[in-house]
Amino acid sequence: MSWLSKTLSSTIGRKLIMAITGLFLVSFLFVHLIGNVALFYDDGGASFNKYSHFMSTAGIIRVLELVLVLGFGAHIWTSIQLTRLNKMARPEGYAYELKPAKEVSWFSRNMGLSGSIVLIFLVTHLQNFYYRYHYEEIPYVVYAPAQLYPQAKNAPKEVVTSIDSVAGHTVLHVTQKQAETIAPQLNTEALKDMQQLVQEVFTKEWWFAILYVVAMFLLGFHLNHGFQSAFRTLGLAHKKYTPFLTNLGGLISILVPAGFASMPIYFLIKAFM
Amino acid sequence: MNLNLHIWRQKNKDTKGKMVSYQVNDINEEMSFLEMLDVLNEDLLRKGDDPVAFDHDCREGICGACSMVINGRPHGPTRTTTCQLHMRFFNSGDNVYIEPWRAGSFPVLKDLTVDRSAFDRIIQAGGFVSVNTGSAPDANEIPIGKEIADEAFNSATCIGCGACVAACKNASASLFVSAKISQLAMLPQGAAERKRRAESMIAQMDAEGFGACTNTGACAAECPKSIDLANIAQMNREFIGAKLTSELV
Repeated sequence: MSWLSKTLSSTIGRKLIMAITGLFLVSFLFVHLIGNVALFYDDGGASFNKYSHFMSTAGIIRVLELVLVLGFGAHIWTSIQLTRLNKMARPEGYAYELKPAKEVSWFSRNMGLSGSIVLIFLVTHLQNFYYRYHYEEIPYVVYAPAQLYPQAKNAPKEVVTSIDSVAGHTVLHVTQKQAETIAPQLNTEALKDMQQLVQEVFTKEWWFAILYVVAMFLLGFHLNHGFQSAFRTLGLAHKKYTPFLTNLGGLISILVPAGFASMPIYFLIKAFM
Repeated sequence: MNLNLHIWRQKNKDTKGKMVSYQVNDINEEMSFLEMLDVLNEDLLRKGDDPVAFDHDCREGICGACSMVINGRPHGPTRTTTCQLHMRFFNSGDNVYIEPWRAGSFPVLKDLTVDRSAFDRIIQAGGFVSVNTGSAPDANEIPIGKEIADEAFNSATCIGCGACVAACKNASASLFVSAKISQLAMLPQGAAERKRRAESMIAQMDAEGFGACTNTGACAAECPKSIDLANIAQMNREFIGAKLTSELV
């Protein structure tokens, strides 16, 4: 396999790793965004919580999670190696700074910076949602049939923290302990209330919401250059389709970050209206 | 016009250089940038100072020798070689900063002169076609489509000046190497050594210590011969193809 390690450790080989992992991460963004649209369903979090439950328990998803971690790891690690290599290629810089031509975008020259800020965001994002969901005590929720509401609404505080009625469901907000007794009684499964967690983070820890929006801006610029650049690195540049890929990258770089940023903005507006 | 020049002065490869300021007066706007430097050098010689060393040869924009970064742009504000840059692009009283190409692979020899042998070694690694010696082959003996001939010619116009390396934030030689690889990859004459050429030239490019390509397009924007960025994608394509299929292990 020496030819393979030689190929992948050359400058072009490393860029190929950046391109392939980068496009893979773009595909992840799409899946993540489409799934998270469930946050907007006004059904007491039923769709989103069921989706979260599936994403954190299904075997295939856990395997893909590992692939995703490897994808991020390879993208970040290779970028560090390339940055070092590129710095070494110009040990003595210009005394009078280079003035790039106007068609060269600032963000294409600062992918490391936009990527680093997105990485900082990613760490806080994982702490806020992934870590808390998996390892901290968070509220649970039980979805019961709607006709149960009149009967259940007077349940004592020791059994159920609070009860809501939304379209199609009676929503029982419970603690983990309460969930253990009440879920079997109703012959259903208690779910962690991810919807509630998301809402609390975005409204009570609003600085994360701001970091979220800022990071999405930078992600947009990162994607704007990265998407079309990845195809160039893979050897795909032609007057037939490069303009299309550049425009498609432009569209993705606006729609995907805007889609994500709409979530904290939605919760902030909802909380303060 | 009168100009305030700030020029990189460096005695030799082993000493540290610094920017030194000079004043030049009565510069004619019809002079080329190199002629303006000639005026400065004559002035320095008259005073008994060491003239500013800079590379130049044809002075008609086809040899690629006149390497200098002027006000942060290789070859200055216009997309030409420095010898074809005229003083009408400057105004009296301007500060003009002049530096050599900056890249670890292009060590400064003296002042604005750098050693670009790294490019020669990349060409020696595979930037050629092997042909039989003897009488020259007949013209048009091998039919080549007009579009392909044009494309190959566009890549072949690279004069190896190194402005792409100087302009790149990573000091990458990708545009130069890709122009040379693409030119020969497109032509039937280059087919026999196509895979070996891509592998050896790229290996040599890496061995010389040039950086990697981020596709910012800064190189193509500064190239006095308008070499297209698409050449780099073609180089990557040649590299991937060669690595996957060549017999070299």
